[in-house]
Amino acid sequence: MREVTIRPAQLQAPRTGREIGRRLRRNIWLYVMVLPGLLYFLIFKYAPMLGLIIAFQDFKPFKGISGSEWVGLDHFHRLFTEPDFLNILTNTLILFGFNILFYFPVPIVLALMLNELRLHAFKRLFQTLIYLPHFMSWVIIVSISYVMLTMDGGIVNAVLEELGLAKINFLLSPEWFRPTYIIQVIWREAGWGTIIYLAAMAAIDPQLYEAARMDGAGRIHQIWHITLPAIRSVIIVLLILKIGDVLELGFEHVYLLLNSMNRDVAEIIDTYVYTAGLKQGKFSYSTAIGLFKSFVGLAMVIAANKLSKKFGSEGIY
Amino acid sequence: MIQDRTIGSRLFGIANFTLLAIFSLATVLPFIHVVAGSLTTSAEMAVKKFIIFPTDISFEAYRFVFSTNTIFRSIAVSIGVTLVGTAFSMLVTSMMAYGLSRRDLDGRKFLMFMVVFTMLFNGGLIPTFLVVKELHLIDSYAALILPLTISAFNMIILRNFFQNIPEGLEESAKMDGCSDFGILFRIVLPLSMPAIATISLFYAVTYWNTYLNAILYLNDSKMWPIQVLLRQIVVLASGFDYSSSLDGAVPPPDQAVKMAVIVVATLPILLVYPFLQKHFAKGALLGSIKG
Repeated sequence: MREVTIRPAQLQAPRTGREIGRRLRRNIWLYVMVLPGLLYFLIFKYAPMLGLIIAFQDFKPFKGISGSEWVGLDHFHRLFTEPDFLNILTNTLILFGFNILFYFPVPIVLALMLNELRLHAFKRLFQTLIYLPHFMSWVIIVSISYVMLTMDGGIVNAVLEELGLAKINFLLSPEWFRPTYIIQVIWREAGWGTIIYLAAMAAIDPQLYEAARMDGAGRIHQIWHITLPAIRSVIIVLLILKIGDVLELGFEHVYLLLNSMNRDVAEIIDTYVYTAGLKQGKFSYSTAIGLFKSFVGLAMVIAANKLSKKFGSEGIY
Repeated sequence: MIQDRTIGSRLFGIANFTLLAIFSLATVLPFIHVVAGSLTTSAEMAVKKFIIFPTDISFEAYRFVFSTNTIFRSIAVSIGVTLVGTAFSMLVTSMMAYGLSRRDLDGRKFLMFMVVFTMLFNGGLIPTFLVVKELHLIDSYAALILPLTISAFNMIILRNFFQNIPEGLEESAKMDGCSDFGILFRIVLPLSMPAIATISLFYAVTYWNTYLNAILYLNDSKMWPIQVLLRQIVVLASGFDYSSSLDGAVPPPDQAVKMAVIVVATLPILLVYPFLQKHFAKGALLGSIKG
C-alpha cells in the first residue's frame, strides 16, 4: 500500500490566485534558497547568450553593445568566404569523427568486459585504475604525454631508439596530432565513461542469462543478445548527446596541444574563436563563429534525436 | 557456476581478464613513470631511460622545484581557490537543489528547464568573457570561482538525491516549527552525506584543475594557479622565477624537474581519490542519475 500524505491544500492543483499566493508565501524561503543559484545562471549563462547579439554588430568594447553599429549577417558572410575557415571546419569535423569512431565505442566495450568479470575484487581494482585519469586536468594529461613523447629524453622515443627505429616527433608533427589527441581522450575518459553503461547492465535480469545458458548460448552470444540490447537506449542517448557536443570538442585539450607546427591540422573552431576574439580583438567575428557552431550543434542534436525516434528508440526528449 | 564449465567460456574469461588488466595497467603506468622519474637525477635519466622503478632515489628535482617561490605561490593560489570555491559552490548548489526538489514549488518545471537548457546551449567564450569583464572581475581570484559556481550536472544529481528523502520527515519537522532552512541544514544535509561528499569532491577537483579560466581572466602571472604554472614549465620550459632560487647558475627545467612539478600538481587529487572511489563504486549515485 503506498503511503499517501494528504495535504488538504494540494488535493487538486490549485489554480485560484489566492491558492497560488498562499503557496508562494509558504514557500518563500525555498525561493530564497533558489535565488543565488538562479542569479548565477542568469548572470553567467543567460547574459552571455544575450551577448551573442554582438555577432550581428561591429562590436567595440569602448562603445558597448548599445553604441556599436549593426552589420547584420556580414560576419557570417565573411565566415563562409574565409579561406582558413574551411580548413578549420574540416579539422573540427575530423576530430569529431575520430571521437565518434574511435573513442565512443571504447567505454561500451570496457563496460561489457568489466561486466563479464567474475571476481568482484578485480572488477573493483580495474575500475579504480581506469577512473583515475578522468580526475586529472588536461594540463596534467598533456604534460605527462609531453614528458613521455618528447624527443629529448622521453621514454617512448628512447624505446624506439633501442629498437633501432627512427625517433618520432610526436609533439610537433602534424601527422601525429590526431592520433595523440584521440589516445589522450581515450586514456582520460574511457574509464569514467563506463560508469553509466555498467549501471544499466546491473539492471539486467539475471534470469535472462540463465535461460540463455540453458539453451546453450556461449558467453559472447549472451553479450550480443542480452547485454547489448539492454543498454541500447543508453548508448543512443549518449550518442545523441555526444553529437550535440560535436563542435565543443574540448577547447582546453586542443589548445594545450596546439603549436605553430601543427596549427594546420590542430586549429579547431574553438581555438580559432579564442585567438581571433581575445588575442586579436575581433570580438564580433569570433562570436559569430561561436554562434554558428552552437547552432550547428543544436541542429545536429535535434536531427539525431529525430533519427533515433524514427528507428524506434527513444530520443532524449 | 554452470557457465564456467565449458572451455570456451573459460578461455573467454581469461582473455577478458588479461585484456582488462593490460588496459588498466596502461592507464596508470604513465603516472608511475612520472613519479619514478621525478625521484631520480637528470644524469641518471639520460642513461637509464625506461624508468618505472628508480634505483637511486634522489630528491634533487624536488629540492629544485621548492627552491623558488613560484611553486609555493601557485600552490597557495590553487589551494585557496579550491577550498573557497568548493565551499561556496556547495552552499549555492545544495540550496538550489533543495529548493527545486520540493514538489510543490511553483515554477519548478520552468526553472529546471532553464538549468538543463544551459547544458545544451551557451553563449560562448567571448560573450562570457565580456560579462566577466563588465563585472570588473578580471585579474581577481573571484574570476576563478564565480563563473564556475554551479555545475548544472552536479545540481541535478543533488536535486534527485534530495527528492528521494521521505516527505514525512519534512512534514514532521515543519509541524515542530522548523523553517525551510532548518530542514535543509539540520535534516536533509546530514542524511545526504554520501552525495554531498561526492559532489564536493567533484567541485574540488574542478577547481584544482582550473586552467582555462585562469588564462582567460588573469593577466598577472603572480596569480597563476598550479595548472597554468605546470604548463609553463613542462611545455614552454620556462616559468620559474629564477631570481629567487638558491642556486647561482640555473639550467632550464629538465625531465626530472618537469616530472616533479607534474607530481606536485597531481598529488592532492591522488590523495583525495580513494575517498571519491569509495562512494561512486557503490553506485549509490547512479540511482540518482537515472532519475
